[in-house]
Amino acid sequence: MLRFLVRRTLGAVVILLFISAFTFFLFFAIPHDPALLSCGKNCTPDNLKTIHHNLGLDHPVPVQYYLFMVRIFTGHHFAAGNCPAPCFGYSFANSEPVWPTLIDRLPTTLSLALGSMVVFLLFGLGTGMLAAWRRGSAVDKVLSSASLVLSSMQIYFVGPLVLALLVYNNHILDQPKYVPLTQNPVHWFSGLIIPWCVLSILFTANYTRMARSTMIEQLQEEHVRTARAKGMSGAYVFFRYAWRGSLIPIVTILGIDLGSLLGGAMITEWTFQLTGLGRLAIDSVTKTDLPMLMGVMLFSSAMIVLFNILVDAVYAFIDPRIRLS
Amino acid sequence: MTTMTTPEDAAPKAAQGAFLSVRDLYVRFSTEDGIVKAVDGLSFDLQRGQTLGIVGESGSGKSVTNLAVLGLHNPATTEIAGEIVLDGQELTGASNRTLERLRGNRMAMIFQDSLTALSPYYTVGRQIAEPYVKHRGASKREGRERAIEMLEKVGIPQPRLRVDDYPHQFSGGMRQRAMIAMALVCNPDLLIADEPTTALDVTVQAQILDLLSDLQQEFGSAIILITHDLGVVSKVADDLLVMYAGRAVERGSTRQLLTEPQHPYTWGLLGSMPRLMSDVNEQLTPIPGAPPSLLAPPPGCAFHPRCGYTDLVGGGRCAVQRPDLPLGRGSACHLTDQQKRSVFIETIQPRLG
Repeated sequence: MLRFLVRRTLGAVVILLFISAFTFFLFFAIPHDPALLSCGKNCTPDNLKTIHHNLGLDHPVPVQYYLFMVRIFTGHHFAAGNCPAPCFGYSFANSEPVWPTLIDRLPTTLSLALGSMVVFLLFGLGTGMLAAWRRGSAVDKVLSSASLVLSSMQIYFVGPLVLALLVYNNHILDQPKYVPLTQNPVHWFSGLIIPWCVLSILFTANYTRMARSTMIEQLQEEHVRTARAKGMSGAYVFFRYAWRGSLIPIVTILGIDLGSLLGGAMITEWTFQLTGLGRLAIDSVTKTDLPMLMGVMLFSSAMIVLFNILVDAVYAFIDPRIRLS
Repeated sequence: MTTMTTPEDAAPKAAQGAFLSVRDLYVRFSTEDGIVKAVDGLSFDLQRGQTLGIVGESGSGKSVTNLAVLGLHNPATTEIAGEIVLDGQELTGASNRTLERLRGNRMAMIFQDSLTALSPYYTVGRQIAEPYVKHRGASKREGRERAIEMLEKVGIPQPRLRVDDYPHQFSGGMRQRAMIAMALVCNPDLLIADEPTTALDVTVQAQILDLLSDLQQEFGSAIILITHDLGVVSKVADDLLVMYAGRAVERGSTRQLLTEPQHPYTWGLLGSMPRLMSDVNEQLTPIPGAPPSLLAPPPGCAFHPRCGYTDLVGGGRCAVQRPDLPLGRGSACHLTDQQKRSVFIETIQPRLG
């Protein structure tokens, strides 16, 4: 297990290096000067030159990349202020250090991701298993077609619709906003319930279909038939034998989904005006804010890589054949 | 008593005294291509303490028959008609609850491929104990003790250690033994073994067959042994039933079937079996052609397209009229008894050596 973790962590570092280099060089492929943004209206060539120097843009791109990577671990003293490790630099746009900004935005994204995970696992797996249990029945047909319809619902369409119906016109629910859980759990919940549900629609539909198909597949396994031949009840066979086998594909997809959700749900955060990591990513792209963009990119990539490793570790708990080899 | 007749005929009553009695069993699957007549009017009886061997090619309906006895077919896609009577209890129309109480308790099944038939996710001990805990109301601890006892009985060394192993940690032979232990944990009265030795090498095969015989002696169970290997069946079965295209074509005691087989299909099966004492250069004689599609089985005798003796019957009767099979010793073939005997003695027996 230890060997496995060491090997996977090393692999993850390599992947993150590639992603960071790719993002960095891609940024400079845009024919745009980020210094112009800070330069303002009365921009003289001299001003621009100073800003270039302050932002470190006067170095060649590979050197900039090297300095960026080194400073993550060593920290650096910028003109704008001190930046202790982990130092992802100062934002070009608002002269704030990147790392504290990320940490500041994280709880919003974390609340959104974990909350919607609860919703889509509950409904997605529940309805998927119900459809598999009643395969071929009217219930199955309704659930299967509903999941097909829901999986084509886009957040930027459903989101405003829900807001209009439940918030602006009828005042049934609160306007979505993020209140820290530690500050007021009730407001935290009521402020996020709409984003959770809207973000979950697509996932719920996908998990319904996935749970249904893997359960049906598992129910046809020979060892499931053996369990029935032993006289075990239908429910026991369903939940103990078939369910256990369908965990592997579900956990695989869940790892990928959760990893990318923790990197920020851009459209949802944009639609409901939540200032999480997704919103931060969009803003830093539109403001050509390289350090911030790099910070968000590396953070979300690290999340995806981390969850992939976690998933592989979880496999070992689900399947004893993986555990021992 | 004739049974292989048209479905319109009144089904003969289940034999009195037989422990398991199957009468006019029909199993049909509805598929996208049409209706598959997997079992087409099958009847047989089995007494306590006896072993019935069911022999036939793949797709002849052997396994389907026995899954029907256990009630394991999916009712949504399967139509089952006829009578299956186990110790006086009718099973074809029985409720799911009734069947669940019988399965693993009074009737149990050993499956062919122990690697896929055992769950990879639970320990061998747990899987053996499960039916014991369910049917006997035993505690988990008692179930575990029983599993250890059963593992020991089927000859697993160090059962107290191996009980917590997962199936993939067992060798093929040991897994098959564990399957047998699982089937026997509640001392079932009826044991169905579906090609229990096919996946095993020959020495282990013999051990497993011996084990089944020993356990039968001890518990007095009735055994149905499904196989396509006449060699296996000749060692342990008291009676044989040869199946072809969902129907029984010949039945009798094992001795009768092996020494004076009557049906051309049985002759073919015997002829395609290698013998230890025969010359290495001697050719095996496979049955020409392939088993028929069960979507549209041939009219008349289902075997007639592959049969070399239809000329002896004459009049094209084989292609038109389906021969019947009596319940006792006999074969479903239009050849007269005299013809069967003389063809076997003159042409088949010399080839078998």
